[in-house]
Amino acid sequence: MSSRFDARSRSVLGLADDALIASHRLSEWVARAPELEEDIALANVALDLLGQARLLLAHAGQMQVPALNEDQLAYERPIEEFRNAVMLERPNGDFAATMARMLLFSAYQYQLYSGLSGCADPQLAAIAGKAVKEVEYHRDHAAGWVVRLGDGTEESHQRMQAGLDAEWSGFTRLFVDWIRDDVIAAGEAIFPPWLREPVVHWLEPVLERATLEHPEVTLIREPGTREPGRNGAHTDDLIDILARMREVRAAHPGASW
Amino acid sequence: MSDLWEVFVRPKRGLAHVHVGSLHAADAELALHHARDVYTRRSEGVSIWVVPSVQVTASSPDEQDSFFDPAADKVYRHPSFYEVPDELQI
Repeated sequence: MSSRFDARSRSVLGLADDALIASHRLSEWVARAPELEEDIALANVALDLLGQARLLLAHAGQMQVPALNEDQLAYERPIEEFRNAVMLERPNGDFAATMARMLLFSAYQYQLYSGLSGCADPQLAAIAGKAVKEVEYHRDHAAGWVVRLGDGTEESHQRMQAGLDAEWSGFTRLFVDWIRDDVIAAGEAIFPPWLREPVVHWLEPVLERATLEHPEVTLIREPGTREPGRNGAHTDDLIDILARMREVRAAHPGASW
Repeated sequence: MSDLWEVFVRPKRGLAHVHVGSLHAADAELALHHARDVYTRRSEGVSIWVVPSVQVTASSPDEQDSFFDPAADKVYRHPSFYEVPDELQI
């Protein structure tokens, strides 16, 4: 699919949109979490991710001629220009599924940002260096819940396993190669398949402590096709997210705080 | 079920942990996480203690008179009967 964004911008937009959409789904827990303390914890994580999204969107916007700002990219970009992974669009369900998603996604983000903090794009390296500390906490927080629920009661174990099963195939798709070779060769992005081994290596003892098993998933992709989400093809769930995210701005164009 | 925990935070320039409030958590590790999220989100601290509330032995309001009133009229216990030299800044 042709795009007004070049390959380098698209790779940064992928990171930005992952953070933005994950943040939005987590923010939907606010005032609905199982306890007040967790409500605040989820809001904090959502705000960390929103902060990452803002920095990354601003960075991607600076690469354009003429430059675009973060709001133009978040609020005015057509859906087919979003590059987030499809797993992050799915609606929330059980709290255990949210914890499974947070665990898997933050474990991925941790390795990703660790790698990017030494990359050839100094602005991106600085953003990643700041974000890696945030996602390390998200990862530990989610791991705490996954172990408690997985190794908890019969019901909590069953629901935690169901959450993991629901998120796992989307998780494996985070490691599909979707970034153009020249961007990776220039040291401005990490080749996604490289991340899989260290991420799974970190996850395994956590899942073992949680007495959970991850399903084996074989990636199925027709030769010559591009990864959904990363190629701009999305589910209707993203339409819903963007409509809600843009509601206030649509009602009050140009309003400021 | 969630237990109640008391939270103590040491501010950046403070010498001691100060009681800041309480929260619910299933165990000590989660209590520490929650304390971080609830009580230090505006950079209030550099160190956190959490203590199960049931471990706190508290003085009873019923004993307030016998506990604290006897100290009220003993002004000589305060170091307030010294001449403070002018050079001393307090």
